[in-house]
Amino acid sequence: MKLGFLVDLNLCMGCKGCEIACKVENDVPLSSWRLRVKYIDIGTFPDTSRSFTPLRCNHCESAPCERICPVSALHYLENGIVNVDSARCIGCAGCMMACPYGAIYMDPETNTADKCTYCAHRIESGMMPACVVACPVEANIFGDVEDDTSHISQYIMEHQGAVQVRKPEKHTNPKHYYVGGGTQTLDPLAHERIEGYSLFNNITHLDAVGDKNHGVLDRFLAPFTSHGEHDNKSFMNFDNNAHESHEEEGGH
Amino acid sequence: MVENTIHATQAVVTLDVALPGIIWGWMITLNMWAKSIGTGVILVGAFLLYRHKKEEMPNLRWIMPLISFIALNVFLLFTLVDLHQPYRMINIFLHPHWTSAITVGAWMASLFTGLVTVMMLIGGFDAFPDFRKNCAIGKSVRGISGFYEKIFPFVVFLAIPVTLYTAIIMAESSARELWQAPAEVMQMMWAALLAGSAALIFVSGSWSKETRKDLALVLAIATFFSFMMYMGEYFFSFKSAEAEATLAYVHAGGEYNVEFWFGMVLGFIIPFFLAVSNMKSDNKTLLRFAALLALVGLYLAKDVWLKIPQMLPLS
Ligand code: SF4
Ligand code: SF4
Ligand code: SF4
Repeated sequence: MKLGFLVDLNLCMGCKGCEIACKVENDVPLSSWRLRVKYIDIGTFPDTSRSFTPLRCNHCESAPCERICPVSALHYLENGIVNVDSARCIGCAGCMMACPYGAIYMDPETNTADKCTYCAHRIESGMMPACVVACPVEANIFGDVEDDTSHISQYIMEHQGAVQVRKPEKHTNPKHYYVGGGTQTLDPLAHERIEGYSLFNNITHLDAVGDKNHGVLDRFLAPFTSHGEHDNKSFMNFDNNAHESHEEEGGH
Repeated sequence: MVENTIHATQAVVTLDVALPGIIWGWMITLNMWAKSIGTGVILVGAFLLYRHKKEEMPNLRWIMPLISFIALNVFLLFTLVDLHQPYRMINIFLHPHWTSAITVGAWMASLFTGLVTVMMLIGGFDAFPDFRKNCAIGKSVRGISGFYEKIFPFVVFLAIPVTLYTAIIMAESSARELWQAPAEVMQMMWAALLAGSAALIFVSGSWSKETRKDLALVLAIATFFSFMMYMGEYFFSFKSAEAEATLAYVHAGGEYNVEFWFGMVLGFIIPFFLAVSNMKSDNKTLLRFAALLALVGLYLAKDVWLKIPQMLPLS
């Protein structure tokens, strides 16, 4: 059994339902993403089109992240899932350097590596991944790619010649396929990523890997001191100089 | 950052999340730099011992492992401090994963540091009998002087993989095309010879002229080949679209361009000429100046090379 994903980009309408479902299902903290839907505008006015590309871990058959992990925190499950054991992770970020798809993040709450697990916990109890269930147009197709009769295998066969993976030249053998994609959507070097305000949000870089309030000393003191419970709300109370809060100025 | 300069292909990201920037930063640079000194002094020290009589370098026996010990501890400290879960470092020993160069390297580096510590203690006890009298360990172990010479060949041999394994970690970092072996492997080796000779130059004041000449020779060769490798990589790295995009950005005067050239000139070009001139006329001060510049320049060069490929968006 080898579980795989296929996203039909012709169907995806960029609603981000999968993104939110994933966040909720897996308690993914603010600033971190296991799955994101990237909008790319292609062409020049007036001939433009907008494409939506859901991006998650590819569960590579030959996974560089698994190879580099010094403690096997990243490991293969029998069903092909590349899973992560955050209780064992030492936070070396080797996997973040190895994954050619930038699919791994340093969880700012636990300060350990995390990523899409194909919802391994749900699969175990016979459920579909949360993002699959949420997709209103069934653009996310999930199943066993080794079983010829599965929906995903049939879909791949129907779309022979149009099925792509990201960065095949890396020989990672991804188990995550796209139909209806092109170089401009799947290759990050083929589109510009301009920092600054764009459609709705500020396209930028993260200013910290892991918890930004967790300096070098805190890493050592953490077991002995308590930072209090972290939740999404506590991560919203960050200092933001470019964005001075009225409360800080005296609450008017 | 680097993606701003990619040639417009009429495709623009209009909505996305914030991506991580530099993940491995200055602590990893310092880690690699310190390790180059730690293994380099052993390699260069062995070369000197092979070429010259011990008497020409009276303090080498204890100062070589001492420098190595200090550098290796800086290296180990920053390896640990860079972990987001430093106490779990122990998992590398409890749950080792042998396909990972991080694991293999951590085991080898720990063994290497242990052996260098033993050499440092024996060398120190023999050189300073008073120290032996006042030291509890010194009193309990006697007649172990010969052990130093017994383990030394093994330590020299081990210094080679300990020098090189970081290049394998970088090669395993398959998201960063700029670092693919074998260029990194050679860079690491030259860096160790450069850092080792530079570090020993500082303590070679009382040594014979010929030994200093050899140190200058190693420094000159290491700076020359390091520079050539960086130039080859910098201008003719047609390894992949990603490496080219990274370098195109730096070429165009982007971030790290100035740091890179500072590293090249300070670290390699000036020390090369100083070292070559020193092989003719023995000028201790100039040679030390060359060594200092080489160490600073090596740090800058390593820092740039570590950071630039991390500026590319991966997805
Ligand atoms: S996409 Fe990245 S994180 Fe996922 S299995 Fe492949 S290398 Fe690992
Ligand atoms: S950060 Fe954690 S999961 Fe990633 S390589 Fe290091 S130990 Fe493994
Ligand atoms: S499979 Fe699960 S973890 Fe992966 S993107 Fe979907 S919801 Fe998130």
